[in-house]
Amino acid sequence: MTGDAAITASELTRRFGGFTAVDRITFDVRAGEVFGFLGANGAGKTTAIRMLTGLLAPSSGRATVAGYDIAREAERIKRRIGYMSQRFSLYEDLTVRENIRLYGGIYGLSDRDIRDRTAQMLARLGLAHTADQFVRAIPLGWRQKLAFSVALLHEPRVVFLDEPTSGVDPITRRQFWELIYEAAAAGTTVLVTTHYMDEAEYCDRISIMVGGRIAALGTPAELKQSFTVPSIDDLFVRLARDT
Amino acid sequence: MSALAGLVRKEVFHILRDRRTLVVIVAMPILQVILFGYAIRTDVDRVRLAIVDPAPDPATLALRARFAAAGVFDTVAVLPDARSLESLFRRGAAQGAVLFEPGFSERLGRGLAGTVLIVGDASEPNTGSIVQAYAASVVQTYVLDELARGQRLQIVPTVRMRFNPTRESSNLFVPGLMAFVLTIVSSLMTAISLTREKETGTLEALLVSPLRPWQIIAGKVAPYLVVGFISVLGVVAEARLVFGVPLRGSLALLLLEGVLFILVSLSLGILISARTSSQRVAMMGALVGTMLPTMLLSGFIFPLESMPLPLRAISVIVPARWFVLVARSIMLKGTGLAYLWQPTLVLMVMAAVLLVASTRAFHERLEG
Amino acid sequence: MRPILFLARAEVLHVVRDRATLAQCLIVPIVQLLVLSNAATFQIRNTPTYVVDLDRSTTSRGLVTRFAASGHFRVAGESASLDRANEALLRGEVTMVLAIPRDFETSLVRTSAAPVELSVNAEKGSAAGIVQAYASAIVSAYAAELETVRGARAVDRQAFRRPIVDVRTRSWYNPALNYRDYMVPGILVALVTLIGTLLTAQNIAREKELGTLEQLNVTPITRGQFIAAKLLPFWVLGLVDLAIGLLVGALVFSIPIRGSLLLLFGAATIYLVVALAIGLWISTMVETQQQAMFVTFFVMNIYLLMSGLFTPIDSMAPWVQVVSQANPVRHFVTISRAVLVKGAGITDIARPLLILVAFAVVTLTLAVRQYSKRAA
Repeated sequence: MTGDAAITASELTRRFGGFTAVDRITFDVRAGEVFGFLGANGAGKTTAIRMLTGLLAPSSGRATVAGYDIAREAERIKRRIGYMSQRFSLYEDLTVRENIRLYGGIYGLSDRDIRDRTAQMLARLGLAHTADQFVRAIPLGWRQKLAFSVALLHEPRVVFLDEPTSGVDPITRRQFWELIYEAAAAGTTVLVTTHYMDEAEYCDRISIMVGGRIAALGTPAELKQSFTVPSIDDLFVRLARDT
Repeated sequence: MSALAGLVRKEVFHILRDRRTLVVIVAMPILQVILFGYAIRTDVDRVRLAIVDPAPDPATLALRARFAAAGVFDTVAVLPDARSLESLFRRGAAQGAVLFEPGFSERLGRGLAGTVLIVGDASEPNTGSIVQAYAASVVQTYVLDELARGQRLQIVPTVRMRFNPTRESSNLFVPGLMAFVLTIVSSLMTAISLTREKETGTLEALLVSPLRPWQIIAGKVAPYLVVGFISVLGVVAEARLVFGVPLRGSLALLLLEGVLFILVSLSLGILISARTSSQRVAMMGALVGTMLPTMLLSGFIFPLESMPLPLRAISVIVPARWFVLVARSIMLKGTGLAYLWQPTLVLMVMAAVLLVASTRAFHERLEG
Repeated sequence: MRPILFLARAEVLHVVRDRATLAQCLIVPIVQLLVLSNAATFQIRNTPTYVVDLDRSTTSRGLVTRFAASGHFRVAGESASLDRANEALLRGEVTMVLAIPRDFETSLVRTSAAPVELSVNAEKGSAAGIVQAYASAIVSAYAAELETVRGARAVDRQAFRRPIVDVRTRSWYNPALNYRDYMVPGILVALVTLIGTLLTAQNIAREKELGTLEQLNVTPITRGQFIAAKLLPFWVLGLVDLAIGLLVGALVFSIPIRGSLLLLFGAATIYLVVALAIGLWISTMVETQQQAMFVTFFVMNIYLLMSGLFTPIDSMAPWVQVVSQANPVRHFVTISRAVLVKGAGITDIARPLLILVAFAVVTLTLAVRQYSKRAA
């Protein structure tokens, strides 16, 4: 166990043939933090997340999540993490309730827990009336929020969100971030990737990946000061241009 | 015309650069012809025979020797009674059995009738019939040679097997097989080409370009015709060299008909792809709509005359049926266009209709 | 245990709610069964024959009548022109030409022997052999008949007491020589195989396409649990399809069911494991549903055509027969026919059954190994 750190990465690398997607990244995320994993499309964010969640083996380097080594203890990590992928993760031909039941069962929750948490979740999201509707019948924004809640169903220590607010209207985005704050307040560490630079301001700390490397790491305020830019967006443009 | 030439060139590059697919398209027919040519046969060359001889005597032993010497039979068991015969048949260890009765020689010596019971495993009907016929003829020959030398009334049939003197079923199946593998390759080719374009969205780009729909189709079909021609060549060569199927007619005519057939298949593939929106349905349609009918209703394996009328009627619209007819005629009978103008015309009409229909389908996509 | 149940339940819901999949499982197999069983036959009857009778004697007419009355032959044309006959043969209008020479009767009377000529269109391969066998049988039966008549008229009965051998023939298992009985048990195997392999491959490929597979890989569910949950519903579905197919076969085609259905379903249970494992293995090799469909069709095509389903294994070239031992479909086809048509018991099918068990173990192990929750 490594103290307070929910995620640690040290020289984590992933190569695909001759192409290096993730190039020796080193960073850590503290427990309860909301960590923004920023970068342009193709910068290596998704690859990094896939390694941290045990979906992809690293080429070299080390990392731990919730105290377990990703290379050797990947399966143990999975009990303690939640994941919301870029592509959609709920089954469209099942109802909301059936989806929740499925994941609850897979994570080993008892029937009672599943029932209780389902009710809680739907009440919190204001989606109780959709419980028996097919997921495909629900608007995208609601689906995203639902997927996030399902990722938290088994009360994981760390939750990974890969571009959770893509394609969603600003109001829903705001509501989504409220959910993220709630989770963080309850002690869940949140690592969220996004290419919306304005969302960076919502995070406790951020990193910016460019071409597989971490080009900047710190709190939004720190970074804006040290790079003397008015917004993270400008910082990103500067870093991207410099490459 | 230069637009068309450009399109053709692009398609050729696609083909050449996708090395793996190219190898598959060219190698697959060749591979399949070899596999299936050796597998799809109905010849009965060796029969596993069981003999039940409760009381062996000179006559039964003589007959048994004849069976052994016939070259067609493998005596797998000699049993004293018929008790375990059933089990041999059930296991497939024996395909036929010859049962003698005790006192066979003695009865014959006294001028009485001796009985020989021949059993064939008719679960596969033709094998069963052939086993019985072969065995019966061994007995008849014995009777004629040993017992009734020259005194019986004999009608002697001279049998001439026309067009396939060796009666090898591969001569029957291989020309049909050509149609089958070419059909698969054609649907493969169109499926690959069109779905690739659909997936990458380049098809839309083509459709809004100044190219007319018929040009798009022509541009797609032409290079694959060439690839198909190479396949036909390969398959015919295989048929000749590996299986020794005769080629009594004109090679040029066969190749031309082959190309015509590929044209029909490609057009059908394009039509199916153009008409369906979902990739999955297109694939299903191509496979079910071309492969299955070709396999079953073209006369490739199962003779059309044996099928009930409704199926024979459907087979008329299966392009492969006509090509199988043509291929067999040219290779085995050596017939020329004089006899084959009808099936050739049918294929040409099919090609024309399908090409027009696909062009129409593309037009609709522009409008719809 | 619980993860398996939950996931399996979800799988069943998927299948039941997807009309396309349901159609694939239920309707398509039945249609295929109906069409295939009617198309797949090598039966020959009423063989069209051209008669060239140059003798036109009572004896020659007698022979022609025997042919016409046999039920195996149909006189489709008759004339005195051998050229016309050959033309008909060339055109494919007739399958056989029966040519009786001018001095047929006189030859028989004077020399006790006379020739006839049978020209058979051998394009049809072994069917030609059968036609010949029937024709020869009719000819020698006719000769025996004439012999009996001659014997009855003979003054010296004693001289005609010759030893004769009475040859009796029996066709076991299928006295009516009905091709359906041979094909339908095999076609049932094909259906079950397609369902098992195709649906499994397609299903997992679809999850890959949609991204839900990734979501499952992130959960603590083990490889074994995931595979069990995936395969279980299709296993049951395959058996259900077999049952439906058997029902249709029995009701519509009156196929024999001579052996134990329990034994057949038992063998099917093992066979399905192999089919599903192959489907699973295919799904690990492809990215999209379309590819899954394609590869499955291609692989299944080869397996089916080389399994003795349509054409007998004994007729295949020796090396192919050896290779087909590695074809699980072959073994289940053998079992299916042995049990349904021949009434075989477990000892009779012990060998192919054991081979299937071995296959099940090997293919399942390989497929499970191949499936990985983590990309390397």
